[in-house]
Amino acid sequence: MPQPRPETATGIHGWGVYVPRFRIKMEYIAREWGWSDSQWKALAMIEKAVAGPDEDSTTMGLEAAAYALKRAGVDPGDVGAVFFGTESKPYAVKPSATIIAEALGVTPVTMASDLEFACRAASEGLRASLGLVASGMIKYAIVIGSDTAQANPGDVLEFTASSGAAAYVVGPSSGSAAVFEGSYTYVTDTPDFWRREGSPYPRHGEGFTGEPAYFAHIIGAVRGLMDNLGFKPSDFKYAVFHQPNGRFPLKVGEMLGFKPEQLKAGIVTPLIGNTYNGSALIGLARILDNAAPGDRVLVAPFGSGAGSDAYSIIVTDAIEEKRGKAPKVDELVSKKIMIDYSTYAKFRNMIKIVRE
Amino acid sequence: MTGLSVPAVWRGRIHRYRLVAGKCNSCGRIHYPPSHSCPHCGSRGLAEVELPRMGRLVSYSIVYSVPSESRSKAPVILGLVDLGVARVISEITDAGPEDISVGMQVEAVFRRITEDGETGVLVYGVKFRPVKEA
Ligand SMILES: [Zn+2]
Repeated sequence: MPQPRPETATGIHGWGVYVPRFRIKMEYIAREWGWSDSQWKALAMIEKAVAGPDEDSTTMGLEAAAYALKRAGVDPGDVGAVFFGTESKPYAVKPSATIIAEALGVTPVTMASDLEFACRAASEGLRASLGLVASGMIKYAIVIGSDTAQANPGDVLEFTASSGAAAYVVGPSSGSAAVFEGSYTYVTDTPDFWRREGSPYPRHGEGFTGEPAYFAHIIGAVRGLMDNLGFKPSDFKYAVFHQPNGRFPLKVGEMLGFKPEQLKAGIVTPLIGNTYNGSALIGLARILDNAAPGDRVLVAPFGSGAGSDAYSIIVTDAIEEKRGKAPKVDELVSKKIMIDYSTYAKFRNMIKIVRE
Repeated sequence: MTGLSVPAVWRGRIHRYRLVAGKCNSCGRIHYPPSHSCPHCGSRGLAEVELPRMGRLVSYSIVYSVPSESRSKAPVILGLVDLGVARVISEITDAGPEDISVGMQVEAVFRRITEDGETGVLVYGVKFRPVKEA
């Protein structure tokens, strides 16, 4: 008799998103650095979210986690792990996870750590959480993906690198809003994007970021998951992928055999930019904001360096009563304050102020 | 600014992070941040309570001349926020002078309050911002 998959003992009890209010339009970035409009139009971008001067990945991550905990309705004392995935740590050494755990009231009896794997660190935290919960070592885990993504001014990356966060409360399948059916991870040593210690901005391998990195790893993870579970693209109501721009998730979905109507609900990057560790997880949150019980969802984050995880989840009846307990993604995206390039440059520390 | 006391920052973290106030066991009044004795009656019998996260702006002051580490936030708006059970003084964020008015609804958000130079400790805590219609 086949053993049941450990994942099936776990589910999502709460989800939460935070998007800073400030937005900059692509036109302003293009005009500042002499790009043609066709450059950002090819990325299928409209505007991106910008963190304010008093925001960072820790503050945004806490807001998202507090919303997730609200939807979960879980006693903070029952949380046994806080995993914080980011590539924009406010402290190079000192965990953000403990700040967030303390603010949520989860401390002191909990695991807590910051994870790094470019844009998929939080997803590694999610997969580890499934194991911890399924084994019974902990009851609930909070997984947070949060970034204030950096881009060298004038680099093409500046069109998309943005700020935002998503968080999930993972726990036993019973009572959850969505149950995990399986998970699969696919990683290799691929230098498509990196930031060296002490360097303020990342470098990327230009054309190298697409085929051998983003596409190869997501396809590897998603095909592996579907083979394991015996599913085909038409078995899913929705599919959501990491979205470094507005175009890649549609393309990888098409390559895997998904139809545009399965993909559109999870694509948020054109309106807020690539939130890195938040990217696919904010897309999943938007799907959960709207999904019906019984819907099957495929989610596949990706991180440079490189790797991807694929998860299959089934939405349950409990989603209905949880949905209204925290702001929906569309509400957060629509609350915006437009800023110009100089304000954006000031907020993102691109203007050097000599400390007095 | 340099030379923040790390122990003082650490001791105040729960109050700043979770908006925890002192409630007097004698006169029942609530004060924030909590102190060792009730500022109203002097009693030392105090309990801790979490304050509501929504309130109204009662009054504010706009600080145009700020230290260099706050320059990217200038002008800084300091608000007196009525939370019903207590009033707190807080920075009003995500807003400029044109965005604020007395009586407007504000909500608590978790932000960086200050930092100790470029290498020192980061101080996090609650600020308030205008509640915006979607
Ligand atoms: Zn008193």
